[in-house]
Amino acid sequence: MPTFNPADLRVIAPELFLVCSTFAILLIDLFLKPTQRHVTHWLALLALVVAGALVWSGAPPMGEVAAAFDGMFLRDGMATLLKLFVLLTIALVFVYSRPYQRDRGLNIGEFYLLLLFAALGMMLLISAGNLVTVFLGLELMALSSFALVALNRDSPLSSEAAIKFFVLGALASGLLLYGMSMLYGATGTLDLAQIRAVSDFTAGSPHRTLLAFGLVFLIVGIAFEFGAAPFHMWLPDVYHGAPTSITLFISSASKLAAFGLAYRLLEGALGGLGADWTFMLALLATLSLAVGNVIAIAQSNLKRMLAYSTISHIGFALLGFVNGTQQGFAAALFYMICYALMSTVAFGIMMVLARVGFEAEEIDDFKGLNQRNPWYAGLMAIAMFSLAGVPPLWGFFAKLMVLKVAIDAGYLWLAIVAIIFAIVGLFYYLRVVKVMYFDAPADDTPLVAPADYPLRWVLSLNGLALLVMGMAWSPLMEWCTRAFAVAG
Amino acid sequence: MQFPHLLSLLIWLPIAGSIVVLALRSRPEVARWVSLAFALATFLASLQLWTGYDRSGPLLQFVESQPWIAALNANYALGVDGISVALIVLTTLAHLLVVISSWGQIKDRVALYMASMLAMEGVLVGVFATTDALLFYVFFEAMLIPMFLIIGAWGGPRRIYATLKFFIYTFFGSIFMLIALIYLHLKTGEFSLAAFAAAPLDATEQAWLFFAFVAGFAIKVPMWPVHTWLPDAHVEAPTGGSVILAAIMLKVGGYGFIRFSLPIVPDASHEFAWVIIASSLIAIIYIGYVALVQEDMKKLVAYSSVAHMAFVTLGIFIALALVRTHGNPLGARLGVQGAMVQMISHGFVSGAMFACIGVMYDRLHTRMIKDYGGLSQPMPWFAMFFVLFSFANCGLPGTSGFVAEFMVILAAFQDSPLIALLAAFTLVIGAAYTLWLVKRIVFGPVTSERVAGMQDLNPREWIVLAVFAIGVLAIGFYPKPLTDLMEPAVQNLVQQLALSKF
Repeated sequence: MPTFNPADLRVIAPELFLVCSTFAILLIDLFLKPTQRHVTHWLALLALVVAGALVWSGAPPMGEVAAAFDGMFLRDGMATLLKLFVLLTIALVFVYSRPYQRDRGLNIGEFYLLLLFAALGMMLLISAGNLVTVFLGLELMALSSFALVALNRDSPLSSEAAIKFFVLGALASGLLLYGMSMLYGATGTLDLAQIRAVSDFTAGSPHRTLLAFGLVFLIVGIAFEFGAAPFHMWLPDVYHGAPTSITLFISSASKLAAFGLAYRLLEGALGGLGADWTFMLALLATLSLAVGNVIAIAQSNLKRMLAYSTISHIGFALLGFVNGTQQGFAAALFYMICYALMSTVAFGIMMVLARVGFEAEEIDDFKGLNQRNPWYAGLMAIAMFSLAGVPPLWGFFAKLMVLKVAIDAGYLWLAIVAIIFAIVGLFYYLRVVKVMYFDAPADDTPLVAPADYPLRWVLSLNGLALLVMGMAWSPLMEWCTRAFAVAG
Repeated sequence: MQFPHLLSLLIWLPIAGSIVVLALRSRPEVARWVSLAFALATFLASLQLWTGYDRSGPLLQFVESQPWIAALNANYALGVDGISVALIVLTTLAHLLVVISSWGQIKDRVALYMASMLAMEGVLVGVFATTDALLFYVFFEAMLIPMFLIIGAWGGPRRIYATLKFFIYTFFGSIFMLIALIYLHLKTGEFSLAAFAAAPLDATEQAWLFFAFVAGFAIKVPMWPVHTWLPDAHVEAPTGGSVILAAIMLKVGGYGFIRFSLPIVPDASHEFAWVIIASSLIAIIYIGYVALVQEDMKKLVAYSSVAHMAFVTLGIFIALALVRTHGNPLGARLGVQGAMVQMISHGFVSGAMFACIGVMYDRLHTRMIKDYGGLSQPMPWFAMFFVLFSFANCGLPGTSGFVAEFMVILAAFQDSPLIALLAAFTLVIGAAYTLWLVKRIVFGPVTSERVAGMQDLNPREWIVLAVFAIGVLAIGFYPKPLTDLMEPAVQNLVQQLALSKF
């Protein structure tokens, strides 16, 4: 019989803090005038920073798991690392989108609150130890995201994207739930660790068929969250329709959370079926690489192009999953972190260049950027070369690590498919650089970035990190590897 | 007394220079002088490599090693043998000359241009200096970014097509090499070239690895039939870009063959040497004829580069047959040595040819042969240099081109007189297209008013061409210092070739 243990509260301290502070901000925001919205901004940032500090300070030693509420909630090395980066990317969303939201009259309390709730959902999802917690976290995150996409409610494009996202998201959640019910039927438990214990020893039993059947539905749900082909249909429309600030959020923090979902369900619950899901993921990876890279070429809208590029990057990250060992998950996580920080740069610059009544979202809007603002052109070029995986930038090393683990796992064909599509992908990233550096600007006026100093500095740091991490990524990779270490 | 981290200095000094220059965006004149200072300092420092390399000492010198990526056991490992020393000095010299020669040519976004050039210098030195395969790969690919910008931003009318083709084509080749490197890493647990060379590999593995390496390096050299990016890139690149492309970047391909293909997969290299040799002979003869019909000077020299670089691959791969089938290590050494001399020689000759074309282009803004004629009258100094480099290009004795081609043909003869005969066709075809070019451009009556009004070399151009000329003649008359420098490395390589990995 479950009993309440006060020590459990210590384990979920970061989440507790975040939920309390979010409600506090909700109340405070009610009493603020629109001109005082910066208070909400700073309070929200503060909440993220303190939550991050709590995640960091209360982290169990690497390789150990702190469980709360009878294993409903797990805190391990992976959770610590992933939560820190989720909080970091959401903080970047706040910083980068402030002038953008302000210009569009979207600098409203809901923006901050929904993002904080999404952050909470992600943290729960990442720490989930039970199918119920998985679903709870996932839905908290998803519902906040649907609302965020529709934040600009007067824009038909936004509303359309939100409806698409909502309908398809609901369908994916339904499929995921259906899969979970199969798991429950086969094992009689909702606890991930217990499902894992059963799944490890099912060879030849009828349970195995049922589990494999459930697995297929789980994979559909996971692929939807990632945006992996062929479950990617929502992604370009949502990227395109949502305000850029929300696109930034979906392409960075959401993808990190999706990694947590995939890891908990696939390795945490169904590790015993590794041979089945690695092959399914290999197929998803192949499709994602093909669909993402080829369709991206045809896009003239930068947001749509980056949406297809996200799909292709998910394909790359899945290369790490097909390895299915500590090294493989570490490489995949490393890839996702790298990808999240690359996309924050790309979308951050799009927001910096946007004006009232002008979204810098067509590729042609970047024409001659080098003449108009060489610094941002340089940062964007770094982001593009990094996304393309050209050394010495970080993106190359992330690709290197996943290729290595894929080949190590015997998926040489997949690695070759991946690099061939990486060459295809190179073209559309280079096109952005070409437009910025080789084309004449449409008008010669220098572009002045919004005078929000933290924004400028943080964006520059973010961009330069892609360069610096190219030489100094070793510690982060080690951290990723240790995050998946098993005790004993 | 040597500076302890000379190689690191040679890599990072120009890269630091490029950052400094980039900050001088609004002051082009200062940017030029600062770039010159950095290029000159790097060149002077690289001379220490030449003087400080102990010809009788151990093979690898100026060694540095720092742990770089623990997870992959990759190191920031540097070290040079004679071949690398020669190529590094060539790199720093060529960049110095390019900075000088682009003084008046580049007027738009000077700082970005100079910064790209300096960054490329550091990266190219890194390619030749590293002994770690992953670091090599990083440098190998990183050089594409500055070149992409140089061709795309300052090139001719079809520059965008040319630069995208250049980038994607070369990226395509090298990414297969990346898979090969990862495979070797999984096999050995390391990334050091020495470990790769020592790893036992069976015939199938070697064959796959061999073709992965060929994909990377053959495109870079470039060998027939994957040379098509080169004429486009050369034609559209600004003069400085062409000079670096021809003088240094192509050498990276040949360097890759001797650093990767030969030591790591010697058996497969031997088995498939005929592929490379056949492709080289086709390049020498067929591409020679293609050069003959060009109407664009830059294209002509670009095709002649393909034909000349074929001597590098021919010399390298003929050595395998000599060592393994004929048991003739002396002949093999001659072949490899000839290939290496050809790399250096071609660096001077093609660099000089492109610099000459740049001089003409600056005055008349056309690269078409038909627009010129009788240049010897308005530009006697220029005519003298151009004729000299042309002679070197067709391999006249007394110039560097002769020494290298003669060594390779001599080595080829010891394997098969037929190969030697076909390779020797270059003396006829090369003379045909080069001398015909000279005849049409330099000699004969002055064809137009515009040509008559052309100014002779200014002191800056004179210095650049004179330095190239000294290099061409020095190697032509007395190649011994160069061959002595490279001999221990060549000898070691030939010894490695004799050992089967089975």
